[in-house]
Amino acid sequence: MKSAVIVFPGSNCERDIAVALEQVSGHKTFHAWHRDTDLPEVDVIAVPGGFSYGDYLRCGAMAANSPVMRVVKERAAKGVKVIGVCNGFQILTEAGLLPGALIRNQSLKYICKTVDLKVENTDSAFTRNYTLGQHIGIPVGHGEGNYVADEETLKRLEGEGRVAFRYTDADGVVNAAGNPNGATNNIAGIFNETRTVLGMMPHPERAFDPQHGNTDGRALFTSLLESLS
Amino acid sequence: MSKTTHSPDKEPVVTAQLAAEHGLKPDEYASMLESVGRTPTLTELGIYSVMWSEHCSYKSSRVWLKQLPTTAPWVICGPGENAGVIDIGDGQAAIFKMESHNHPSFIEPYQGAATGVGGILRDVFTMGARPVANLNALRFGEPSNPKTRHLVAGVVAGIGGYGNCVGVPTVGGETNFHKAYNGNCLVNAMTVGVAQTDKIFYSKAAGVGKPVVYVGSKTGRDGIHGATMSSAEFTEDSEAKRPTVQVGDPFTEKLLIEACLELMATDAIVAIQDMGAAGLTSSSVEMAGKGGLGIDLDLDAVPQREAGMTPYEIMLSESQERMLMILEPGREEEAKRIFDKWELDFAVIGKLTDNGRMVIRMHGATWCDVELAPLFDKAPLYHRPTEPTPPQAEIAASEAPLKASARDTLLALMGTPDLASRRWIWEQYDSQVGADTVIGPGGDAALVRVHGTPKALAMTTDCTPRYCHADPVRGGAQAVAEAYRNLITVGALPLAITDNMNFGNPEKPRIMGQFAGCIEGMADACRVLDFPVVSGNVSLYNETNGEGILPTPAIGGVGLLKDSTLAIGSGFKNAGDVVLLFGDTKGHVGQSLYLREVHGREEGAPPPVDLAAERRAGDLVRGLIEGRRLTACHDLADGGLAVGLAEMALRGKHGVALTGLDGADAGLLFGEDQGRYLVTVAAADVAAVTDAATAAGVPVTPLGTVGGDALTGLGGGALALADLRTVHEGWLPGYMAGDAA
Repeated sequence: MKSAVIVFPGSNCERDIAVALEQVSGHKTFHAWHRDTDLPEVDVIAVPGGFSYGDYLRCGAMAANSPVMRVVKERAAKGVKVIGVCNGFQILTEAGLLPGALIRNQSLKYICKTVDLKVENTDSAFTRNYTLGQHIGIPVGHGEGNYVADEETLKRLEGEGRVAFRYTDADGVVNAAGNPNGATNNIAGIFNETRTVLGMMPHPERAFDPQHGNTDGRALFTSLLESLS
Repeated sequence: MSKTTHSPDKEPVVTAQLAAEHGLKPDEYASMLESVGRTPTLTELGIYSVMWSEHCSYKSSRVWLKQLPTTAPWVICGPGENAGVIDIGDGQAAIFKMESHNHPSFIEPYQGAATGVGGILRDVFTMGARPVANLNALRFGEPSNPKTRHLVAGVVAGIGGYGNCVGVPTVGGETNFHKAYNGNCLVNAMTVGVAQTDKIFYSKAAGVGKPVVYVGSKTGRDGIHGATMSSAEFTEDSEAKRPTVQVGDPFTEKLLIEACLELMATDAIVAIQDMGAAGLTSSSVEMAGKGGLGIDLDLDAVPQREAGMTPYEIMLSESQERMLMILEPGREEEAKRIFDKWELDFAVIGKLTDNGRMVIRMHGATWCDVELAPLFDKAPLYHRPTEPTPPQAEIAASEAPLKASARDTLLALMGTPDLASRRWIWEQYDSQVGADTVIGPGGDAALVRVHGTPKALAMTTDCTPRYCHADPVRGGAQAVAEAYRNLITVGALPLAITDNMNFGNPEKPRIMGQFAGCIEGMADACRVLDFPVVSGNVSLYNETNGEGILPTPAIGGVGLLKDSTLAIGSGFKNAGDVVLLFGDTKGHVGQSLYLREVHGREEGAPPPVDLAAERRAGDLVRGLIEGRRLTACHDLADGGLAVGLAEMALRGKHGVALTGLDGADAGLLFGEDQGRYLVTVAAADVAAVTDAATAAGVPVTPLGTVGGDALTGLGGGALALADLRTVHEGWLPGYMAGDAA
């Protein structure tokens, strides 16, 4: 499995996700700069967390129009797997690779903690090593993670099994108490139509090695490895 | 930009009155006149006034700071540089410092706190380190004060807003509430970074003719006179000082970190210094001054955000996210390419000279031409009078009997402002970016791996201001000892500290006596614990309308754990483990939170610190953790034994069945005797661990067994963890949501 991570000037999780990709694959992850107009041949492209260009305006809005994102869109169209985490998810929605948008948390505050999630679909390159309905814990760290979309889009996402992860309470129940940011339908992560693009607010790379206190994010990376080799 | 030109002869004439408005005392102005040899220009007055301000010159504190131990075989660079540097093995160094941003944060909490974080980050990456963790130490007024809620919300959002964006995890800290901070909150920010020992950068300039280079954000009119503001007491009109607070841009800081580290990987930099307090003035004076050189600056070349700025404004601006460097000649293009890549301004604004003078030109005129040396050599130095704090009476536990059952007293204490959970605060900080955080906020010490190595750095911030107020010497020693103890609990070897000395008006003998006393206690503890001071910051004049804060020498401690997998947490880990108490309990209730909260008495002498016993207990615990004999460890501090047990239970989500505590008095349960640790061990290891403690001369007391979902064995019946959690977690979110304090 060969991978690339996209680096904007304000990205700050590129190393973290590269470590996870490199540890499962044994291959060095290529770091692509935001001004790059081409990428090496890779199987997975990660758009990492951070603050792309400062995100003082709408998160990810500028990044979505950067040179490198044109290449990411081309590769995504060819079926290359693309995962956007946190700011990466915001950028993928702004770039039109995923529907909907991520707005300010309902609390109006940044929130960093491990959240409970339910795995809603295991029929994808990203989630095959989870079990359907599995209750996992993965950290979030964001101020704008409140997923919104119009009704038609939501109907399609739900009807087509494109919700990847949903926030739950500590008992695994999808409810308001377990929703950290006000996301519609407790949506924490979604796929595109072909389930080759995944955007998620939680950081699987922060629940990867035993010293993180929790390795529930690891299956996402091993899923990619197995489906791509 | 408009082509406004200024000329020196249109500026106000400098008089004794104008000098006084710049904060210079009459004798200081006289000394300045003598150094300059003529009536200074306005620009020169501005430069002198900030360099000789308390903030930049440490004129009241220097004589005392010299008493602190600052050396050890592992200290690479002690106080005097941008930050302290210690050796952590394998050719790596930890670089760290803590710094206050108290006055700006009180005036404008979001930007004040944010730029406090930005400033301390720059102090650390200036020296070649990649910042790996941020911590903070915060003190606010009493919760019932109408301003407190607003300050907490703004400061916390500011710290998070800045730290989260630059991608440095905020992993620890402490927060207290006390009425002494009603008019003057404290925001102390600490950054820890990691560098290669052969790639450490200093601020001493060398090489006549070498270019002086400005990088980072453009210079605006923000923050002019910030250093002077921090060197005077607050009054009712401090709101009017809002324009002196700087505005932060964490995205630019992130770019600046990356660009500087990229340039530092080459050998193009001779010296580098961030533009912090007093901006371009202090950075240029310090660099040239340390090198014994002169400096010529051409301010027309300084990137400017606003039109028509005067030399005075440019030299005194505290605009954020700016650095000054001396480059090797001929390397300018290479350096500029890196800053172009990161889309940051880069300008050659002058050169080093051999005449020992600071010469500033703009618009074809000379605005400043003074000898450099007096700016730091002749800075005032005061041996201010001190008045010792009168000794307080020792209070016997029998004077402060329990007023309710032990269970109910504990439950109530766990929901008081100083003991309630700080989750509401630290969940607003990204504590995990970097994916190397092993122990984050909410533990005794934070633990962050040194990336790509088995090592980890432990860090903590500590101070108990009410102890320092009652007995500065004991309080100073206690602050250092508590930092030491917190690092021990995760298994680290404590290596060094940074200190952030927050005090009131040094011109008052009582305040200066507090300062001197705290230094004495700190120095004793540093010596006995082999825990030198490598960097620090002094913030004086923390007074409003004549009311001083509690003396607050905040200590930031750093330790090293060679194998991060040895680390243990502070929560009960396994049901069936046995709880042991290390250390001696005499039942010291003076200055305890129990005495204050239950009896309404903030009185008495604080607990003494037996430094030799502290060292013995610390070495014992660290050895046991290295031998993987312990399963959890927590030091005892505010609230004493019962609170410590409750915290371990909540953190570990296990109850505990206590033995021998039913009927215990308040001194035993809630006294704050120092030098104590609660540890848990597997039942099979109890005998060996007890023997080890006895052999080390550390008293050991078995207290019970981990298990269940309640604390049992306290007088008054079982205390369910669920109830305890509700009270402990409930106070701060409720308060911030507007509940009555």
